[in-house]
Amino acid sequence: MSAVLIVARGVFKDSIRDRVPYNLLFFAVLMMAASFLLAQLTAGQDVKIIKDLGLAAASLMGVLIAIFIGIGLVAKEVDRRSIYSLLSKPITRSQFILGKYLGLVLTLVANLTVMAIAYYVVLAYLDWHTPANVKLGWEAAATDPMLLKAFALIGVELMLVTALALFFSTFSSTFLSAALTIAIYVIGHFNEDLRSLESFGASPALAMLGRGLYYAFPNLAPLNVTAAVVHGQAVSVQHMLLASGSIGLYVAVLLVASTLIFERRDFK
Amino acid sequence: MDAIRTEGLTKHYTKGFWRPRPYAALEDLTLQVGQGEVFGFLGPNGAGKTTTLKLLMQLIFPTSGQAEILGRPVGDVSVRRRIGYLPENPYFYDNLTAEELLIYFARVFGYSAHDSRARASRLLDEVGIGTERRFQLRKFSKGMIQRVGIAQALVNDPEVVFLDEPMSGLDPLGRRDVRELILRLRDKGCAVFFSSHVLSDAEALCSRVAVVVKGRLAATGRLSDLLANRARAWELVVSGVSQSIIDRIKPRLTGVTPLGEGRFSLELPLTAAPEQLLSEITASGGHLVSLNPVRETLEDFFVEQVRATDEAGIVRERTAS
Repeated sequence: MSAVLIVARGVFKDSIRDRVPYNLLFFAVLMMAASFLLAQLTAGQDVKIIKDLGLAAASLMGVLIAIFIGIGLVAKEVDRRSIYSLLSKPITRSQFILGKYLGLVLTLVANLTVMAIAYYVVLAYLDWHTPANVKLGWEAAATDPMLLKAFALIGVELMLVTALALFFSTFSSTFLSAALTIAIYVIGHFNEDLRSLESFGASPALAMLGRGLYYAFPNLAPLNVTAAVVHGQAVSVQHMLLASGSIGLYVAVLLVASTLIFERRDFK
Repeated sequence: MDAIRTEGLTKHYTKGFWRPRPYAALEDLTLQVGQGEVFGFLGPNGAGKTTTLKLLMQLIFPTSGQAEILGRPVGDVSVRRRIGYLPENPYFYDNLTAEELLIYFARVFGYSAHDSRARASRLLDEVGIGTERRFQLRKFSKGMIQRVGIAQALVNDPEVVFLDEPMSGLDPLGRRDVRELILRLRDKGCAVFFSSHVLSDAEALCSRVAVVVKGRLAATGRLSDLLANRARAWELVVSGVSQSIIDRIKPRLTGVTPLGEGRFSLELPLTAAPEQLLSEITASGGHLVSLNPVRETLEDFFVEQVRATDEAGIVRERTAS
């Protein structure tokens, strides 16, 4: 097994025991509470609200985990000096970074998978509990497989957030890394607006700057297909591939930059 | 081929945010450590011991100079297959068990899953971690973590082991175990480079030592050479001597220690002849219990080196030029 995979396995084993049970419990409780409460309050809209809320919760929880474990992966290892023992073994710093990244992505995938299962269980329960005449008014089945596409794109988004967190933590403090990652995550969701600053009455210079920033920052808007899948609209495979591909490229650049910085770093 | 060789190894940092100035963490360190040798790297806190070890492990990069382990530059990843390292106050992954951690590290060396398990089990036995090996490391005491740290440094049967303060956090039993372990490693032909400020450990284990003070090598050599013929006083243990006699001879002594029941330990300068003092004591009814030259200990030598460096006025911080 290559050093990268061994490190990834170590990260996965360590972090899965640490965070996932708590996140999942929180998520499951949130989902259950939402389903029962909303079923009481709404007429026929409860399934959409639960679908929407569930995806939003999965995304938010995932982003929080990605940021906090992602930053901790390197910063905590350096602060606590656990990195010293590992780097004195036959492993390069780039293998260390890639292994850490892969391990966290595996943790997030596991986390997201269990969240998706909990999500479908709640939706299946709702489906079983709802009279057939009410279900006729639904735009899509409660357990619509299309929802998995939204989960897949949340996974892609988390891969980017992890790479950002890892990148910043290779050269800055824990707090600054978290702040910068959150900032780019937020900018990424409003990136489309930067491209069209002229339409908001911006000067040509500002518009040019906006366009420059648009290309410099990742565009996360295409990864959010919640509205479409909740309303039973199709999300094309082409859209999935294009959105994932551009983010994949961004992730690759971030990982290369992270390893280049990390290769030169002194662990004082 | 030396196990370790450094030449002019230097590390400067920048200190201060508003007015950054260079700080010499290590200056021009040149030394060699032979294979199968237990080498003590000694110095007070902040002398540059950990900096040297970090440079040898490539955790930091030198400002100038070079270092080799087993004839290969320290930057060569392949050399790390043949070495082991225990960092100072080691810390590992909280949620892994001691057994899992060792298997994890063994796998990094490329051992099979079966071999890694066998190595982990053998080493944990060797460092005295019993059933606790299945506990997560966050439940371990500092001493137990230190033992796990020593085990992980030996997971690949290294030819050279670097131990940074290996006795730190260990109880007397643990210290004895580690001392025995180091001697077993030496007997197997493994070179052991250990940094410490606990001089009794170095005195008990090392064939050669280096003393670093304020980032500079103050002395290096065989312990027997460094301390040979360095008697600094005479020690007389006498009995049946009254306090009035002691008061009379006291001005000629450098130290008096009452041992109880009329026995005293007297320290006489090396330049003074003990015979005359002895005849006075026996004339007044006292008896000689023992007479020995007081040889300089490693501690005395160490303190002398630190004082000499202080008196030389070596400064590690400079104004930027």
